[in-house]
Amino acid sequence: MAILITEDTRVIVQGISGRIGQFHTQEMIEAGTNVVGGVTPGKGGTTVLNRPVFNTVREAVEKTGADASLLFVPPAFAADAMMEAADAGIKTCVCVTDGLPAQDMMKVKRFLRRYPREKKMRLIGPNCAGIISPGKGFMGIMPPHIYTPGRVGIVGRSGTLGYEAASQMSALGIGVSSSIGIGGDPINGSSFRDILELFENDPETDAIIMIGEIGGPQEAEAAAYVRDHMTKPVAAYVAGLSAPKGRKMGHAGAIISAFGESAQEKVEILQDAGIMVAPNPSSMGETVARMLGLRQAA
Amino acid sequence: MDIHEHQAKDILAQFGVPVPKGHLAYSPEQAAYACRQLGGGICVVKAQIHSGGRGEAGGVRVCKTEDEVRAYAAGLLGKTLVTRQTGAGGKTVHRLWIEEATDIAQEIYLGFVLDRKSERIMIVASGHGGMEIEELAETDPDSLVRMVIDPAAGLVDYQARELAFRLGLSGKQIAQFVTTLRACYRAYRDLDAMMVEINPLAITGAGDLVALDAKMSFDTNALYRRPQVEALRDPGQEDPREAMAHDHGLAYVGLDGDIGCIINGAGLAMATMDMIKLAGGEPANFLDIGGGASPERVVTAFRTVLADANVGVILVNIFAGINRCDWIARGVVQAYEEVGLSLPVVVRLSGTNVEEGREIIRNSGLPLISADTLAEAAKAAVRARPQPIAAE
Repeated sequence: MAILITEDTRVIVQGISGRIGQFHTQEMIEAGTNVVGGVTPGKGGTTVLNRPVFNTVREAVEKTGADASLLFVPPAFAADAMMEAADAGIKTCVCVTDGLPAQDMMKVKRFLRRYPREKKMRLIGPNCAGIISPGKGFMGIMPPHIYTPGRVGIVGRSGTLGYEAASQMSALGIGVSSSIGIGGDPINGSSFRDILELFENDPETDAIIMIGEIGGPQEAEAAAYVRDHMTKPVAAYVAGLSAPKGRKMGHAGAIISAFGESAQEKVEILQDAGIMVAPNPSSMGETVARMLGLRQAA
Repeated sequence: MDIHEHQAKDILAQFGVPVPKGHLAYSPEQAAYACRQLGGGICVVKAQIHSGGRGEAGGVRVCKTEDEVRAYAAGLLGKTLVTRQTGAGGKTVHRLWIEEATDIAQEIYLGFVLDRKSERIMIVASGHGGMEIEELAETDPDSLVRMVIDPAAGLVDYQARELAFRLGLSGKQIAQFVTTLRACYRAYRDLDAMMVEINPLAITGAGDLVALDAKMSFDTNALYRRPQVEALRDPGQEDPREAMAHDHGLAYVGLDGDIGCIINGAGLAMATMDMIKLAGGEPANFLDIGGGASPERVVTAFRTVLADANVGVILVNIFAGINRCDWIARGVVQAYEEVGLSLPVVVRLSGTNVEEGREIIRNSGLPLISADTLAEAAKAAVRARPQPIAAE
């Protein structure tokens, strides 16, 4: 089953006609993703990679039955594209775009609340690498060949650090059920906690590794959720032990500005919740192996 | 992006926040003239640098006469102030703000920030202003009042009134406080700020509110639609290495070590810095080269890292998804040729087109140190450091 994307997910690409949109759509199709169409306002009626292009997301959903959307839309227009997707009935929307104004995301999150829970769109990102269920399909910009299909879930803020974890796991023969990038922005669509809940309820996931970083309260919220509600084992790594306070480290959200936001403090909070924390970024794979070994021994 | 106090006061005044009268000065003569314009009596001279803690660093003084203003300004202009926020390098004073003196009866702290928990704008206030918010949070946390603003409705007056009463304000101060809050909120919202801080918001002897200090910082992601804010940028207040990187569109943070880092992805960049520390080294910088980096961009990254004289070795760590290892490798080779590189360079490539990339590195004939994993790369970089002259 995996989470958020399977071989049955019907995917449209918002911004499919652009150079970047086209390049990644091609990669997704080659990896077996069920891409059913695209949306570029003003380009309706054309085709890209043999997929029909529509003017609006609503039309694309009506004609193709799409239930997921991937956004390759410039930052100034990304919030609008998200809200359009939500209103057209898209269930899962992944936004790769980096550089959205924080207040645009504030507006999007407020907008999403107008829908009842069962109709509310799940937003992943922005500023993320996307989502992949190896062997089934992916929506995003990751290199799909580094993932081995398997039963461990990955959730992380950083794209490249997620690749690092997946390749360390592959080297040890450990496969991935789904890998979800939640993005590096201060306001994002889904939090660590949201994704952990999906993995907890996924019969094809046995354990999870969570890759956090400095800044924000989401690792601490996730730790409380793991402690109080999860039965599956969780490992973690937190990047930024050497990051200075008050400086933005690349990601708009990676800044230590309050108590509990440094890597050291987050590591302690996670450990207190019974989470096995990798001491350094080179031992993410080993830590997962150790977690699985302990689980088998139990 | 940060701006100066006088710029923040100017913006907030336009939105309706009461501020004291003041003038900008770039020379002792202008400072003295500003004092004369303010009546020639007591006035406050404030160094304009992008940092808090200016007072205790000697950057603020109440002067009684025009001559005192001139003398103090002469000593302050061109001086580098080291505060607890600037780091050891300090920041240079190029302009002064000369302001009329205010008779202070009480000091209030007022801040607007992005609250990441509620994902909304939050007001933080305290009846015990004057000290930094971090200090307040530690020594007097019970005095802090927080209030979250619903983006759909905006700041509603009853919230502002409630806050005023909780801070113990009374009479005409209530209406003045409501006006001030609404002004700050509108400035925050309309200009895509990330932080608005008035500390202190003073209650004068006559019982009126006035903003004695103001700080604003802005969302760099929104500058494309706020040219009036972008125009307030003062590169003279930035780390020159960071100003250069900014001009080239690279995410760069200067640090104190000697291992220059060129990495793709913010998370991997932080993780690589952590790994360098664990291996016994110190990173010279954070640098995220971003996605789809061309060979030219790699060369630019090399130039940026090499602008830091402390750098003794360079570590390139790329896990390519949206990037291509062959482009990165070609960029490294090109950097050797164009920049005339003499430092050791450790290269670790992984992901998209990795074999092509590694082949370019192998066949380059250059003294590049290849590493297969993150751990190996960090260790190799620490080993390749030139021997430090002074004992560590």
